[in-house]
Amino acid sequence: MKSYFSELFTGAWSLILGLKVTIKALFSPIVTYQYPREKIEVTPNYRGHIDLVKFADTGTHKCISCGSCMRDCPSDCIVVEGEKREGVKGKVLTIFTLDFTKCSLCGACVEVCPTKALDYSNEYELAGFAREDFHYDLLKRVEERE
Amino acid sequence: MEIFYSLLPELIRMVVCAICGAVIVFGNALVMGYAERKLAGHIMFRPGPMEVGPHGIYQLVVDGLKLMGKQLVIPKNADKPLFMLAPLLAFGPVFVPLLVIPFSDKIQGFDHDIGLLVILALASINLLAILTGGWASNNKYSLFGAFRAVSQNVAYEIPMLLSLLSIVFMTNTFSLKGVVAAQSPVWFIIIQPLAFLIYLVALVAETNRAPFDLPEAESELTAGFHTEYSGMSFSLFVLGEYANMFIVCSVATVFFLGGSSGIPLPYFEYSGVIWFLLKVYALMFFLVWIRWTYPRTRFDQLMNFCWKYLIPFSLVNLLITVVMVKLL
Repeated sequence: MKSYFSELFTGAWSLILGLKVTIKALFSPIVTYQYPREKIEVTPNYRGHIDLVKFADTGTHKCISCGSCMRDCPSDCIVVEGEKREGVKGKVLTIFTLDFTKCSLCGACVEVCPTKALDYSNEYELAGFAREDFHYDLLKRVEERE
Repeated sequence: MEIFYSLLPELIRMVVCAICGAVIVFGNALVMGYAERKLAGHIMFRPGPMEVGPHGIYQLVVDGLKLMGKQLVIPKNADKPLFMLAPLLAFGPVFVPLLVIPFSDKIQGFDHDIGLLVILALASINLLAILTGGWASNNKYSLFGAFRAVSQNVAYEIPMLLSLLSIVFMTNTFSLKGVVAAQSPVWFIIIQPLAFLIYLVALVAETNRAPFDLPEAESELTAGFHTEYSGMSFSLFVLGEYANMFIVCSVATVFFLGGSSGIPLPYFEYSGVIWFLLKVYALMFFLVWIRWTYPRTRFDQLMNFCWKYLIPFSLVNLLITVVMVKLL
């Protein structure tokens, strides 16, 4: 008989405490992001697909077309081509493409690059309608980037 | 013709009442559907519907249109006439109780001296609809949902009626207007707090809402009694549920919260409806609030709570009320 009433009171009290929790939640600010309209900042550690880095001092990339990344790539998804030009020291990069459909994001290319010209991008909106959407022209991307 | 002209004002009154009833049923479903989802969202730290219109206020309209456009699927082995009948049975009777509810001193369909009995009798038809729908679906989940609904509603109707009965003993009338008039100095929530609490718990169970939403427990019974219903037949169940919520909250307002009484406004015979709706929607807010607070009870807990706590307490309360009425 004693437990009958004590259970009733402890139960009722716990119900009131529960209501207090939710009413507090009701008047606290929302924590979700309205994704397509609001975007969160991606942490710098995020490892997206690779990208050529644009250096502020030269205003362009520092790729010397050595092809180390191409040779090191275990998935064979990087194509690098360069050519000799009159009056320019070293080779000039003409093609740098990444086939992201095959890339395993191992990062070997970034590790091996002698001039630190490669880095991971912060790109996370990766949806497309065709496989070719993921054949990135990194040279074009670095030129278009401001 | 003489008879027609003498009846005309009464006919017009009936038509107006019917239209107002329909407006209340559909408007209430729109408002509550939106409020429910919005409040659920904010309780979970998210904004709720945001896409259609400013703050998603047209969401329910769009949802309604979508449901109207959907195909009505009837399962192959279902009992076809009963299957079609059940949503109508859930939705049809909700209009009648609205006629006897006194929204203010002058806004009332008609004041019947057995108004409360009309409401209680017609509110029970909803249960019959759930049973019919669950049975006719020929689906184990639906059937279990229907069984649960019946046992739960039969059990919880007892404390509900007993708590209302203690008020009826005090006021000596079944007329809702009479009950409102009887609490002009003090509301019955102050005189009968226990009856109010019991009624509040029982009305949650009667409307099959969380934490007592066992007839449609998603995690156990997919969707319970309306598993097989689609499109408009499903939304008729939902409309019926929200209308029933409105009705039981109105009864709570009339019996415990003083109906349309409140701080006087100009033209109070009519503007009392503002107070009335405010009280009803405060109760509805409470229902939504507890829905998003408590987890669903187990079935034995539900039954134990009713038979071990609510019914004894309401009987004791009734007994005390009777003795007090006799003595005073």
